[in-house]
Amino acid sequence: MGNHSDGSPKHSGTVATAGQNEVEKFQDPGLPPHRLRLADTDPKAAKRAERQVAILFGVSIVGTLIFLGAYFAIDLGDDSTIATIRNQNLLLGLGTAFAMLGIGTGIVHWAKALMPDHEVSEERHGIRTEEDRQAAVRIVDDIVEETGIKRRPLIRNTLLGAVALAPLPAIAVFGDLGPRPDDKLAHTMWAPQDGKLKRLTRDPDGTPIKASDVTIGSAFHVIPEGLNELHEGKLNEKAKAVVLLMRLNPDSLKISPGREDWSYNGIVAYSKICTHVGCPVALYEQQTHHLLCPCHQSTFDLTQECKVIFGPASRPLPQLPIAVDAEGYLVATSDFKEPVGPSYWERDEHERLINS
Amino acid sequence: MSASSTADVPFEAKTKVGRFTDFVDERVGGSGILREFGRKVFPDHWSFMFGEVALYSFVILLMSGTFLTFFFDPSMAETHYDGSYTPLYNVEMSVAYSSSLNISFDVRGGLFMRQVHHWAALLFVASLGVHMLRVFFTGAFRKPREMNWVVGGVLLILAMAAGFTGYSLPDDLLSGNGLRIIDGVIKSIPVIGTYISFFLFGGEFPGTAIIGRLYVLHILLVPALILLMIVIHLFMVVVHKHTQYPGPGRNDGNVVGYPLGPVYAAKAGGFFFIVFGVIALMAAAFTINPIWNYGPYDPSPVSAGTQPDWYIGFVDGALRLMPGVVNDFHFEYVIFGQTLTLNVLLPALVPAGIIFTVLFTYPWIERWITKDNREHHVLDRPRNAPTRTAIGVAGFTWYCVMWAAAGSDLIATHFHVSLNDVTYWLRALFFVGPIIAFIVTKRVALALQRKDREIALHGRETGRIVRLPHGEFIEVHAPLDDYKQYKLVGFESPAPLPAQPNEHGVVTRKEKRRAALSKWFFEDRVAPATPAEVEAAHGHHEAIEGSEQKSLSH
Repeated sequence: MGNHSDGSPKHSGTVATAGQNEVEKFQDPGLPPHRLRLADTDPKAAKRAERQVAILFGVSIVGTLIFLGAYFAIDLGDDSTIATIRNQNLLLGLGTAFAMLGIGTGIVHWAKALMPDHEVSEERHGIRTEEDRQAAVRIVDDIVEETGIKRRPLIRNTLLGAVALAPLPAIAVFGDLGPRPDDKLAHTMWAPQDGKLKRLTRDPDGTPIKASDVTIGSAFHVIPEGLNELHEGKLNEKAKAVVLLMRLNPDSLKISPGREDWSYNGIVAYSKICTHVGCPVALYEQQTHHLLCPCHQSTFDLTQECKVIFGPASRPLPQLPIAVDAEGYLVATSDFKEPVGPSYWERDEHERLINS
Repeated sequence: MSASSTADVPFEAKTKVGRFTDFVDERVGGSGILREFGRKVFPDHWSFMFGEVALYSFVILLMSGTFLTFFFDPSMAETHYDGSYTPLYNVEMSVAYSSSLNISFDVRGGLFMRQVHHWAALLFVASLGVHMLRVFFTGAFRKPREMNWVVGGVLLILAMAAGFTGYSLPDDLLSGNGLRIIDGVIKSIPVIGTYISFFLFGGEFPGTAIIGRLYVLHILLVPALILLMIVIHLFMVVVHKHTQYPGPGRNDGNVVGYPLGPVYAAKAGGFFFIVFGVIALMAAAFTINPIWNYGPYDPSPVSAGTQPDWYIGFVDGALRLMPGVVNDFHFEYVIFGQTLTLNVLLPALVPAGIIFTVLFTYPWIERWITKDNREHHVLDRPRNAPTRTAIGVAGFTWYCVMWAAAGSDLIATHFHVSLNDVTYWLRALFFVGPIIAFIVTKRVALALQRKDREIALHGRETGRIVRLPHGEFIEVHAPLDDYKQYKLVGFESPAPLPAQPNEHGVVTRKEKRRAALSKWFFEDRVAPATPAEVEAAHGHHEAIEGSEQKSLSH
């Protein structure tokens, strides 16, 4: 076997070349002779195939009956359970499957075993004939000539202008699909209302959180006070305002200048909306103090003010400045000092706006 | 008119059915259509079925989808669930989610229809993808089918759009997070991103408009476009006639196969029922998208291990692979006082952009390199176009790396490896994987070609071992019959086309680049065996067998 390699390697050692001029080629021997099937020669086999096809069609009939039986006999009344629905789904599906597969396999078996299986050859024809092309060119020339569009450039140019402008209203009419963004993305519900600081409350029931309830190592999912009472735009506000609250040993927190009074006794609050594309950063690893976004695995280090340490996010999670009110409840002393969530074109503009 | 001009005695149908058929025929000219198409020849091969699977899945999608629209309410108004799924009883949710739960639990057969619809959608995109791979690897996109290849590419994009808009409709937690990711990606678009986001959602995310808008796209606009593209696609298939695999009796001037009626129509028609049956079987036995487990959309919770539907996976995977910060370089930076978020923008647009640009332009790229302006109706076996096959596998590998990245967290938890390591490896494979795939595929294709050549020259192995007088063992080879032999030798093996001067006698720089690409394309080649070579090789064998005869007769 090994001594059969032919030709000499020319370029990369893999080339086997035949006679380069290739004057000689194998002649097409034509279609191979037709081979008869068992059913073509043996009437018994043909009869057997016929019976098999009939049985398959019979299976289909049974499948349809199973479907109808399951549909009408199984009652989805008030006392039905998940198990009932699951059984009905299984029977409806099996019924349909039998009904369809019976017909399908039956017809295919019929075609393969009993219908003539002679392959035939058909000539291909040119997609376009030269005669047609010339005729078409003449027709187009005539049409262009009869419109006179070449001789009357004024008509042509004004038409072009009109047609170019006409779609503009069709674009403009979509102007009310949404409002202008303005600076809506720059603000959240955490901003103090009428001088009253917003309390941090539990997600989803909205009960306020006492600083003394937050033990070291614990974490809370937090929404702003009053969110649940909103009648309109509740999800819009929630989509920006959700916060994660955690308490660490105060010594392990690295606090940058200007943020000294943003935390209380090792309790810190960060936006839960990932700065990548906005998934909730819902996983808190207590041992490592890492926050992990389950969507794209951006990882933030809580001890370094939620700096990105892994993954596709590029910006730390915004921190919510918090303090404790007279009754011992945690409150936000102001809104976030930067827009939360995924970055957008005007984001830096908005950040400057907030801090000015 | 026809009655007076063609025959003195007008045709009169005798049976009831005949009279009815004749009535229609006289008014629409069905005879001519039947004469043209009734016995039209279609080549047959298992790999031609993927397109059929896609078509049939789409028909099933239309049927099951229509059923679902009768019960689905695309409203984002708030309601309290009062259906029969007790774990969510009285939970606040959107009407869309509530009606999806009702379809699942309170409409008989509703769950089955939902599952049929979802499975058919997954199968639709999958079969489109595999069909396109088949067309690419067999070179079926070559002249005259380049435009139909582009129509197919548009269909793939439309299928993904249909899938995504539909996936978001139930307004469950999982699909809501998917929408949120889309919103984040849209916001990263420079200058107009924020506006697009506000216009799409009718204000801030999530708003109360998006489900209704996606619904109209999903049930009207996208399916109508898909239908239009399918009509164009099939029309062109009829104009071109189907391609056929190489083999004895098949050439670019003919089409060999079964006549449409009865065999081909029976097989294709029967196949529709088989596809339907298989989808029904999946819908019966395998749960897909159990929205009741996820709960209504709420911007706060998210479940770990979230996955998009498979065909969106590669974009999601690319988003995961992109590092946001490398050393101290942040991929998000401020330019002219505005924020540019390259860590989202690049992975969301660039890989998909490259894949679809190459996909759409490839027929013209290859045409330019090969300067081949002939019509091709006989397919290439993938091994006989090693460079094209290698390019295809490289692209497919690239896609698969991104696709795998969409499941990086599941890979990590299932195989108990570090999530970070999985990501690092996939980042490396993102760049190295396609190169390795290209090299390996090309070598495999060339090796297969050489194996073909060897079999053509020396016949097939018989498994009969013969000991020669001087002690050497050889295996006796049997010659192939003409038909099998032709399959192995009847292909073209183009040689590199050197740069050619244009009409001014100048070899342009572009032409030189083309020549370099042509060399890269065809440099490594295995030419088909010629009759002379086979003759020589046979002589060689005869000699051996002759000597064997002699030695036996001694």
